Amino acid sequence: MKVLVPVKRVVDYNVKVRVKSDQSGVDIANVKMSMNPFDEIAVEEATRLKEKSVATEVVAVSCGVAQSQETLRTAMAIGADRAILVQTDAELQPLAVAKLLKAVVDKEQPQLVILGKQAIDDDANQTGQMLAALLDWPQATFASKIEVSGDSATVTREIDGGLETVSLKLPAIVTTDLRLNEPRYVTLPNIMKAKKKPLDTTTPEELGVDAAPRLKTLKVSEPPARSAGVMVADVAALVDKLKNEAKVI
Amino acid sequence: MSILVIAEHDKAQLRGATLNAVAAAQKIGGDVHVLVAGQGVQAIADQAAKLAGVAKVLLADGPALAEGLAENVAAQVLAVAQGYGHIVFAATAEGKNVAPRVAAKLDVAQVSDIIAVDSPDTFQRPIYAGNAIATVQSADAVKVLTVRTTAFDPVAAEGGQASVEAVDAVADSGLSSFVGREVAKSDRPELAGATVVVSGGRGMGSAENFKLLEPLADKLGAALGASRAAVDAGYAPNDWQVGQTGKIVAPQLYIAIGISGAIQHLAGMKDSKVIVAINKDAEAPIFGVADYGLVGDLFQAVPELTNSL
Repeated sequence: MKVLVPVKRVVDYNVKVRVKSDQSGVDIANVKMSMNPFDEIAVEEATRLKEKSVATEVVAVSCGVAQSQETLRTAMAIGADRAILVQTDAELQPLAVAKLLKAVVDKEQPQLVILGKQAIDDDANQTGQMLAALLDWPQATFASKIEVSGDSATVTREIDGGLETVSLKLPAIVTTDLRLNEPRYVTLPNIMKAKKKPLDTTTPEELGVDAAPRLKTLKVSEPPARSAGVMVADVAALVDKLKNEAKVI
Repeated sequence: MSILVIAEHDKAQLRGATLNAVAAAQKIGGDVHVLVAGQGVQAIADQAAKLAGVAKVLLADGPALAEGLAENVAAQVLAVAQGYGHIVFAATAEGKNVAPRVAAKLDVAQVSDIIAVDSPDTFQRPIYAGNAIATVQSADAVKVLTVRTTAFDPVAAEGGQASVEAVDAVADSGLSSFVGREVAKSDRPELAGATVVVSGGRGMGSAENFKLLEPLADKLGAALGASRAAVDAGYAPNDWQVGQTGKIVAPQLYIAIGISGAIQHLAGMKDSKVIVAINKDAEAPIFGVADYGLVGDLFQAVPELTNSL
């Protein structure tokens, strides 16, 4: 069974981004970039499926700028066997990424695609579900456990208030939640090995996909700032403030 | 053009998130219709018909819709979507699961997690864990939206007199099947809609210590929440996580106990009306957003606070 894992290059989760003064976007010049944390969980899960001999090959794919090669090398250092970069400098929105991934799926014919549930830059939480719809495949979003047996996958999902388990006919789409696994640390020997693994590059044009954005960003602004409050000396003072000043208890 | 809101329910009752989604739909302007999909959900359709400002309720009742499987619910929405200019979901686990499937099938963009309606085609939404707000305009014929429930005050649950119209329920896709569901039973209010939230972090130290928050939550009628660190450490269940990728809350009062305040956590609670932080580290970032901060040992402060309420 082949597993496809899409990965996205995003601003590192430790970076607090700044809005540009002309409100055209956030300033990502010279900030640290990393693999989207949910995608790292996806690569780890696919790698574990391979280590359990459930998967035979793990293919990482990324859509975006040339530097996304670094993200793909990280995926291969975790355990992906090879990688595909759909290279473009154009802005990509989730629907476009889903269409690009569908074109890759049509070529690669994986039985399972594992994606992160959302990217921590645009926080859209759309691509996996959109890909499932375009392929007419079943989906299990926000997975905390994946078991593959025969031609089906049983997936436990995090829902509001608890957990839900669904069974999917393969081929299928799964998106990862935080508790699915804890990704391994990438070791130096594996980073060296990853450099020798194959990385193919294609483009939206070669895949015959119109990746033009549908949403126009009119502006990006700072969120309303919260003014710093006061420190209270003890619990009695806190209770007094909550009762008489904030009037919330 | 009319607006279609997809109702959420737990088979017995309409969920509160639907009231927020209807409120957002009303800001767009136009007749608001509500789709209730499920099995044996006439009573829920009747509840939806009473919501203030709802013009019509569509009721799709059939076995394929019983467990809310994304494939079937999306197909049901698409089956009735003709003629609607906006399709609106609450940005809950359910809404987020289904909405993008609908958008992709319609070949339109989805605008996720809107916090304001500027015009029928222009919306505001948080990006980068709420560190920036994007104003986006959709040129697509149909706008598929998910609504951040805390950003829109719910409509009144009573007062409307909408008609209920039965529509054909879709057949099962055959792609997926429901296996089971474990939902924690609790007398406490639902985290996302609670007026008071008491949240614990890594500073709680253990799952055993986390129970220290229960008497406080009981006194305040509060929901319990947690930081990611506390959930990862196994102190609290997954669905208590407040933050960028967990629950987004905006209660009247948010009490953060032993939570340092990573940006991902702040993203989930900084729109709360009043924030209280109790932490032994005076440098903790949580104090930067707290209205009232108390530096001290939570194991003393929490029981003392509980006893003084």
